[in-house]
Amino acid sequence: MAQVPLTVPPEVKQQMREALGLGQPIHIQYFKWIIQFFWIEPLNGIDALFGTGLAEGQLRVISWQTRSPVIDIVIQRLPQTLWVVGVAYVVGILIALPIGIISAYRQYSIFDQAGTFITMIGFSVPPFFSGVLVIVIFSVQLGWFPSIYDTMHVVDDWASFKVQIWQMFLPVMVLALQITSQISRFMRASMLDNLSHDYVRTARAKGLSEATVVLVHVLRNSMIPVVTVIALGVPSIFGGAIITEQVFKVNGIGQLLITAIQANDLPMVQTLTFIFAILIVLFNLIADVLYGLLDPRIRYD
Amino acid sequence: MTEISDPLDIDRPPSNRWAEVWRQFRAHKGAMAGAVVFGLIIAGVFLGPFIYPHDPQYLPSGRDFITLRDTRPIYVALWDPSAKVNWHYVLGTDNLGRDNLARFLSGGRVSISVGLTAMILSIVLGTFVGLIAGFFRLFDGPLMRLTDLFLALPILPLILVASVLFRESLALSLGPEMGTFLLIVGLIGLTSWMQTARIVRGDVLALKEREFILAARSIGTTPRNLILNHILPNVMSPILVSATLGIATAIITESALSFLGFGFPPDFPTWGKLLNDAVDRMTLYPERVIWPGTLISLTVLSVNYLGDGLRDALDPRSRSR
Repeated sequence: MAQVPLTVPPEVKQQMREALGLGQPIHIQYFKWIIQFFWIEPLNGIDALFGTGLAEGQLRVISWQTRSPVIDIVIQRLPQTLWVVGVAYVVGILIALPIGIISAYRQYSIFDQAGTFITMIGFSVPPFFSGVLVIVIFSVQLGWFPSIYDTMHVVDDWASFKVQIWQMFLPVMVLALQITSQISRFMRASMLDNLSHDYVRTARAKGLSEATVVLVHVLRNSMIPVVTVIALGVPSIFGGAIITEQVFKVNGIGQLLITAIQANDLPMVQTLTFIFAILIVLFNLIADVLYGLLDPRIRYD
Repeated sequence: MTEISDPLDIDRPPSNRWAEVWRQFRAHKGAMAGAVVFGLIIAGVFLGPFIYPHDPQYLPSGRDFITLRDTRPIYVALWDPSAKVNWHYVLGTDNLGRDNLARFLSGGRVSISVGLTAMILSIVLGTFVGLIAGFFRLFDGPLMRLTDLFLALPILPLILVASVLFRESLALSLGPEMGTFLLIVGLIGLTSWMQTARIVRGDVLALKEREFILAARSIGTTPRNLILNHILPNVMSPILVSATLGIATAIITESALSFLGFGFPPDFPTWGKLLNDAVDRMTLYPERVIWPGTLISLTVLSVNYLGDGLRDALDPRSRSR
């Protein structure tokens, strides 16, 4: 509303404010938003799926920037975020687990020293620097990868899939470095904790092969805290990597949130942050349930 | 690693806990390197302006503006004789002719001050919540649920939204720089105390069952004195470790905020802000990206190593290593 020209008379301005739903006190605005979010939006979802007309004529949560329903924009943006951040998460975990296991098994070896140093760097170099650095090195100097993620790119055959992989490479690399360093530190600490337990000696004394001892007995017990960390990180996939998306111009959820904040788009920001909050609570719950599944000693009465 | 002390060596000073911790800490090479680098960065950033007295805000005008803007660092002349260098400006100037080195120094002062202040705030909050929750059974439930609530919040989006909401009013009442400083420090502090609170609470719960607390309680020590004189000194080591690691997180968060354009006002340089400003022209002037980025990374890396070493030195279980 700050950008409305000064020539607009005050009573018209007042009407515009009321049209945006700003006429009522805060708690009524919030209550109306809750109704829209929890009742009208799901009805719209049902309408879209089954072609019914349940939400006919009901006002949806409308973005102030684009005048289109917030949920539609979120659904448009979600694939980009899931592609980049989701792939990075999977890649990060796949790299982190072996590194953590080997570093713990061969503690203080050269591999462990190097691994610890690299994870420490991944932990300390912020994505807005590592992202910019890989752009300078790999796309400006060497010219191997594009520096900007093309959101309009459609994957329909092998060649376009290769292009997609190519353009995803840098953001995924930057994100995976961070995720790897977090998870492999956890994995290493947890393995080290378990390797000194008595049951490991018992398993070895029974004559089990070293691989069985480490990869079955110790790994299963060490996975308990690591699985929690992994589960707690999943909401951040949907939240999008705000900074990495900004650096590589990925048109995802994080970028949506930033532009919404910059444009004072209240309904968009409110809805997005609420969705994040729901996801975080949900995955906290899932992590707790997984805890109980992995460790039979933990019981929730 | 463990030295066998000579029983006849009576001149040896009585070994106390902190001497032992210091010995352990010195043995950790990474931690020592981290401490030295962090010390150097702090000294350079705070004392540097006395050795290099250039005004980071000085804008050349008229003909000077043309000759002084966009100069490269002097080391570029080594491989590129045609580069525009000026021996007066060691690291060159930016696109408005402001001295880069002076800006990096003053940016570092802001970034490190924000990191330290936010860390102190979050440690004080976390320790307070942890002590109260661990000591008084009545407050344990509510305070720990509050901690869980804060842990569940998505931090970066929350800070972004809050900084937009409160920026104007704080800037009006306290001035743009002070207002933003307080806002950012407050937001980072308020969103990063939870880990400390959890660790402190766990330790207090374990300490409460020990005999010396029972003894102190039985001679009539008040809860206040019990907490301040008997419990707090015993939970200092985990607090110290999370304080160190807290500096690193605070510096990263501040730089991220500045990078996204939600930090300090444009003419007020911080490392994240300088990096953000330089990204658009990084192919022409890579030094303006690489210097602030390296400084942030180096500071955080050294602080993290320092925290790791402190943890190892303060943890009695890993001491016999």
